Amino acid sequence: MKRRDLLKGIPVTAFGFAVNPTEAAVPAPPDVKPLKIPGGRQKFEAVRDAALNAEKFFTPHELQTVTVLSDIIIPADAKSGSASQAGVPAFIEFMMKDQPRNQTPMRGGIRWLDNTCTKRYGKPFVQCTKTQQIDMVEQIAYPAIAKPDMTQGATFFSMMRNLTASGFFSSQMGIKDIGYVGNTPNQWDGVPDEVLKQYGLAYEERELNMGK
Amino acid sequence: MDPFQIKKAPVEYDVAIVGSGAGGGMAAYSLAKSGAKVVLLEAGGYFDPADPKYITQLKWPWESPRRGASTTRPFGDFDAAWGGWDIEGEPYTTAKGTEFHWFRSRMLGGRTNHWGRISLRFAPDDFRRKTMTGIGEDWPIGYDDLKPFYDRVDKLIGVFGSVENMPSEPDGFFLPPPKPRLHELMIRKGARSIGIPVIPSRLSILTKPINDERGQCFYCSQCGRACQAYADFSSSSVLVKPAMKTGNVTLINGAMVREVLTDPASGLCTGVSYVDTQTLQEVTIKAKTVVLAASAGETARLLLNSKSGRFPNGLANSSGVVGKYINDSTGASRSAFIPALMDRKRYNEDGVGGMHVFTPWWLDNKKLDFPRGYHIEYWGGMGMPAYGFGWGIEAMNGMLAARDGSKKPGGGYGASLKDDYRRFYGAYIGMAGRGEPVPLESNYCEIDPNVVDKYGIPVLRFNYKWSDYEIKQAKHMQDTFEEIIHAAGGIALGNKPGAETNYGLEAPGKIIHEVGTARMGKDPKNSVLNGYQQAHDVKNLFIVDAAPFPSQGDKNVTWTILASSMRTSEYIADLAKKKV
Repeated sequence: MKRRDLLKGIPVTAFGFAVNPTEAAVPAPPDVKPLKIPGGRQKFEAVRDAALNAEKFFTPHELQTVTVLSDIIIPADAKSGSASQAGVPAFIEFMMKDQPRNQTPMRGGIRWLDNTCTKRYGKPFVQCTKTQQIDMVEQIAYPAIAKPDMTQGATFFSMMRNLTASGFFSSQMGIKDIGYVGNTPNQWDGVPDEVLKQYGLAYEERELNMGK
Repeated sequence: MDPFQIKKAPVEYDVAIVGSGAGGGMAAYSLAKSGAKVVLLEAGGYFDPADPKYITQLKWPWESPRRGASTTRPFGDFDAAWGGWDIEGEPYTTAKGTEFHWFRSRMLGGRTNHWGRISLRFAPDDFRRKTMTGIGEDWPIGYDDLKPFYDRVDKLIGVFGSVENMPSEPDGFFLPPPKPRLHELMIRKGARSIGIPVIPSRLSILTKPINDERGQCFYCSQCGRACQAYADFSSSSVLVKPAMKTGNVTLINGAMVREVLTDPASGLCTGVSYVDTQTLQEVTIKAKTVVLAASAGETARLLLNSKSGRFPNGLANSSGVVGKYINDSTGASRSAFIPALMDRKRYNEDGVGGMHVFTPWWLDNKKLDFPRGYHIEYWGGMGMPAYGFGWGIEAMNGMLAARDGSKKPGGGYGASLKDDYRRFYGAYIGMAGRGEPVPLESNYCEIDPNVVDKYGIPVLRFNYKWSDYEIKQAKHMQDTFEEIIHAAGGIALGNKPGAETNYGLEAPGKIIHEVGTARMGKDPKNSVLNGYQQAHDVKNLFIVDAAPFPSQGDKNVTWTILASSMRTSEYIADLAKKKV
């Protein structure tokens, strides 16, 4: 190997002249903005959340793919809106940064989907027609019966399904849709009578008199 | 600031208490009420669930960017417990081939801020298992010694429950229990049909007000987030705050106690030395009596780290027993789906935090192949959706016919999938066994010779393995869970855990019920403390957490920590009065 080639392999900083040593040893104090700690958060959590929110994980193309997929998984219907209308893509973006173990399965899964769509339809997933997208999704939406060349896609789609459902039903829109009516001060006095009747159940005599 | 400068507090306190959880909070409360000047040292920060700074109760999942996922808190974003099994800068180690997970809460009130509020008394038999079975160890005291204190704890703190007259579950002074939820009625009906009892749970939650300082439960089911009305028991809200109102308690947060100090001549404690976690200064506190309540693990660590010429094996450890016999509850669980609960009517069934009914141990171990019992806890219902909602539906919706009676493979997408989430909501149940382990000398924690934490304090190394006793008990749990699920009309989910996973037996430490590292006993050669939780070797040293307990029953130990801490605290106060 020639000396010139050898030098090419060494990063310039290794010679010490690209970075001023005094500066490197004592970095300038960072521009500290006062951090507001939201109620119920510890300081380290607030610092961490602020840092995560300042990062971006998805490329525009990836985010578009996630958006289209999440709306195929949970579309709008008579009762409520779609996953993207409930903010699911932003939630998934956050979870990628919050739990980085998700990153490779997600990023790689989107690549798998685009590769497979290119083979089948000549285009990446989001550029396919709606019919082609659904045809593709049909191949990976049922993991137990996925064909051998579709199993990685089925695993990716299950991950998308789970993240989408979690994000949708934990949103304001989703909680209204699912019909959860708690999280508010109230007086619990047992299962409503008509529900007890529906299931053929009844409270015991002593339960009816407890606390009276 | 020179971190190596040792600061001395100018006063001598009557009592220094290390730790503000159930045991430390009760000691601070009892001793302050008796007029003692108390310093209460807590390694973590201040916490008050009524201060908006700390409130997570009644927040919605979308108020968390991770929708309540457990990324930074093991029980989710809204859980009140700070800390967890892993704390940055505060490691612990495990010996090769063994496993232990150590949960620590660094905050006022410690782990009482998020616990299940399950408040059971030990039964008379729980104090004499060795006599009954030939294995384990008896307590030096019995039920009659603790009964008056259990009674007073019931009245002081409040617990709901029902009078059952079962010898294995002594009754107390109960507030009215909440009525069972729908799934609990179904589980109860099913379990009873196969001879398994289901009774109202016993939780320290105020279904009626008991004083002017604390409110009444408003049924949000979020005790784990800590209650802004102080309607559940946590040491900080219920004991430390009133103790401080006496004017006799000095609370110091951020005090990581490193060592108990002793006088080389008399061998008595003179106080403690702690690291201020903010300034890293070393501070010495002088006290006439030292009470440790740092948790079974931390208390053992503190004793073992308090070595001196007079106490070369660590303080109060002439027996060599400190750290040994550590034991955590067994735990195994199973979840299920109840098809009859599909498409259920919606209403608010949050109820109290946790189960409204449970199954106490109901069998005779003489007829079984394992020597100790367990109880069963239940969950289910229409809870608030959060991170994890709907997860794994691909394993579920292929099993059940659609609304029109058709079957489709599991998974899917689109309108029919969206409908499945709605249909299945509130139809899941689960159950978990919590059992008594046999404390073994071969299960122990010790000081790791090579590792220190960020404060320079040597850390614990755990050596813990389950024995056949616990594994066979877990097997029995799994068989029972399936019987109950089937009797309740449910479909058990996932595969039944078998021998390859020790029947789903959780790793030691995962149930967060570890006890026994400084056990009490009659013989100073094989115990650390006497029946008043007073060190055999050091007369002015007491321990009031669960370290003194020779065994833990199949009962969660908090109520016994409270009763025995009250008993020990009054004993300390009596000794002080006699001296005057």
